[in-house]
Amino acid sequence: MKLDNTLPLEYQSEENSNRILGFWLFLGAEIVLFSTLFAVYLTLWTRTGNGPDAKEIFELGPVLIETFVLLTSSFTCGLAIHSMRLGLKKPAMVFFSITLLLGLVFLGVEITEFVTYVNEGATLQTSAFLSSLFVLLGTHGLHVFMGLLWGGGLMLQIRREGFTLETSNKSFIFSLYWHFLDVVWIFIFSFVYLKGLM
Amino acid sequence: MKWDEFFVTGEPMIYGAMASIVLASLAIVVGLTYFKKWGYLWREWLTTVDHKKIGIMYIIAALLMLFRGGMDGLLMRAQLAVPENGLLDAQHYNEIFTTHGLIMILFMAMPFVIGLMNVVVPLQIGARDVAFPRLNAVSFWLFFAGAMLLNISFVIGGSPDAGWTAYFPLASIELSPTVGNNYYSIALQIAGIGTLLTSVNFLVTILKMRAPGMKLMRMPMFTWSVLITNVIILFAFPVLTVSLALMMFDRMFGAQFFTMANGGMDMLWANLFWVWGHPEVYIVILPAFGIYSEIISTFSRKNLYGYKSMVYSMVVISLLSFLVWAHHFYTMGHGVTVNGFFSISTMAIAVPTGVKIFNWLFTLRKGKIEFTTPMLYSLAFIPIFTIGGVTGVMLAMASADYQYHNTMFLVAHFHYVLIPGTVFAVLAGFYYWFPKMFGFRLNDRQGKRAFWLIAVSFNVTFLPLFFLGLKGMTRRTYTYSAETGFGPLNMIASIGAIGLALGFVYLVYNIYWSFRYAKRDTTNDPWDARTLEWSIPSPVPEYNFALIPKVNGLDPFWESKKTGQPLTEGEYEEIHMPNNSGQPFILGMIFMAFGFCMVFSWWVPSIIFGIGIVIMLAVRSFERDHGRHISVKEIRETEQRLRGEQS
Repeated sequence: MKLDNTLPLEYQSEENSNRILGFWLFLGAEIVLFSTLFAVYLTLWTRTGNGPDAKEIFELGPVLIETFVLLTSSFTCGLAIHSMRLGLKKPAMVFFSITLLLGLVFLGVEITEFVTYVNEGATLQTSAFLSSLFVLLGTHGLHVFMGLLWGGGLMLQIRREGFTLETSNKSFIFSLYWHFLDVVWIFIFSFVYLKGLM
Repeated sequence: MKWDEFFVTGEPMIYGAMASIVLASLAIVVGLTYFKKWGYLWREWLTTVDHKKIGIMYIIAALLMLFRGGMDGLLMRAQLAVPENGLLDAQHYNEIFTTHGLIMILFMAMPFVIGLMNVVVPLQIGARDVAFPRLNAVSFWLFFAGAMLLNISFVIGGSPDAGWTAYFPLASIELSPTVGNNYYSIALQIAGIGTLLTSVNFLVTILKMRAPGMKLMRMPMFTWSVLITNVIILFAFPVLTVSLALMMFDRMFGAQFFTMANGGMDMLWANLFWVWGHPEVYIVILPAFGIYSEIISTFSRKNLYGYKSMVYSMVVISLLSFLVWAHHFYTMGHGVTVNGFFSISTMAIAVPTGVKIFNWLFTLRKGKIEFTTPMLYSLAFIPIFTIGGVTGVMLAMASADYQYHNTMFLVAHFHYVLIPGTVFAVLAGFYYWFPKMFGFRLNDRQGKRAFWLIAVSFNVTFLPLFFLGLKGMTRRTYTYSAETGFGPLNMIASIGAIGLALGFVYLVYNIYWSFRYAKRDTTNDPWDARTLEWSIPSPVPEYNFALIPKVNGLDPFWESKKTGQPLTEGEYEEIHMPNNSGQPFILGMIFMAFGFCMVFSWWVPSIIFGIGIVIMLAVRSFERDHGRHISVKEIRETEQRLRGEQS
């Protein structure tokens, strides 16, 4: 195997750099996926039928918590990758743990929020606005959930093997994914919540 | 749920289909057991990660689907042959035209193209494999799972019946209460994920794994077309993913996206569908352009005329393909400005396409043309496709479209584009690359007979439909009265359809005959061709290139033959290859079971299979499979054997 030692570990083999490019392309597809969901939401968000509109159900409190938690988790994820580059396994593990923990908190708050909506009579079935809201937020939430499973499995592998060509590559790709979720959330925060509350 | 709700009953044709499915499955099981081929099937095919074998499996599946979809077509033509025909009832007819469209586009044309792309692209760019061999197998098995799901729908639960476009509110649970459109949303979703993964795989392969010296502007035209096609797939398929998910939420969870009340918007479906659906047309047509470019240049013994303009025109077509979706529903009530925009952008596509047609004609000019079977398909393509293109421009004019939208004119138009465009191309490509896959040529005389039968019958079938459309025969009507005067032309079209069917049967006979009796090729380069895939032995060894070629220009193999400059130098070295794996196949089967349970809203088993999918992904992630190495000795022996040299 040809290795290029001038590059960080996660890029060194040809397979590794192919995987990273492949994942960037996959993120391109993910951008289209979320753009479509945003387009659907922005088409339907005023079409509330007999159901409540955005202003009636949105609350700033939990959304700010979600935003703060997810943005911080992205930061700690970056710190984990930084530790990895420095070859520090233990701090990397700690930062990954914090990342996943914050992700879990995010998911918890989001689920509570969904339960509140449903209790207020705002369900997926109520109106086109709510259908698009739940599917957009739900798709993002599902991505976070998958990220938690992925990150958990990844940490087991790092604990067992340390940072090898394979695990460092996977960690880096995981971090791309996690930052991407953060970016999507910023759009959700701006175009769903802020727009809805204004 | 009762058995008679689960199985479709009440029609002799359905019972016939059930019986034939059971008999065919039994025959396969008995045959495999009798000839002791289970182990061979598992080791050599079901677990393979070799892009050439995966490509062959795609092509076999596509040919099978050609006959499934063709049977639908024949039934439609049988029903319409005479006025007031009672062969099929309206529901059955609806299901048949829906599955005909779905299967031909998504489970015949696309997999055929993807199959050829799998076989050829790594060979054309001088690569040993695709970037992610295991993922490639996953893509195939997901496609296969989706295809099988859609195919069992017509005996279990009922097929989708709202047209391949599945417009709402027609496709909603209220107006289409069978599980048919659940199959639609889930089977297409599974196959679509596979296609998306293919696109990532081939983009990385083409961008990163080209042989040294092969710059982008030195790539063979087929590889170029595949590159552009995969960019389109990458940006179009997520839209389909979302549309199908929303459809599923509407039908199965009572969401309100496309409903007529509570704020839902049925036009949203039409827009989303065609934002994916129009680029989809180019996903199946651009690789066809690539195939024709290869074949026309090979059999004219000339460089492709206007290489750069070919590339640029494909890029322009791919961009425009995303800007024209609303031309599929001019009459659904957007204003004049919107129609005007889409009308002009649609007509603009004729310009780059025209550039390509002229480039092919100029390639032929003063060429030493050889009329082989693949060349005949390519030559027939040019005039027939032009008729399709010209009628397309007629349809593109929004104001005129009010006259012939939703008539047989449209049906004739897109068959005139897709059959010479895609079907002729994949058949031409199949004949052309067949020796690379199997080591011998298909019989040319039989191939030509099949070609003439197909090409002539095609025109007999679809030319009358233009006139029927202009006379006002709407599409998707399952019968008509004698007073309309549609009878004679329909009869001619139906006779043509029989000829078309015979042509395809003859084509399969051609394949069968050639497997039994055709002479084995020893040259590796039976067509005296130009690109790298012909420089290596046929059938291609699993590692493709024993030595990676060095590329100095366009058509490197042709140049090397002309100048005597060798393509490769140096000594054999060990080659690293991935191991086979059963995981992609198992994953595909779990996906199929998951999808099947979802269709019938059986939540508990769905969740179990869903967890199974996550477990399979985790298994893959935790596995450490570093592949294996092929020794220098083995490479030397393989090369000598395949090149027919004595050691």
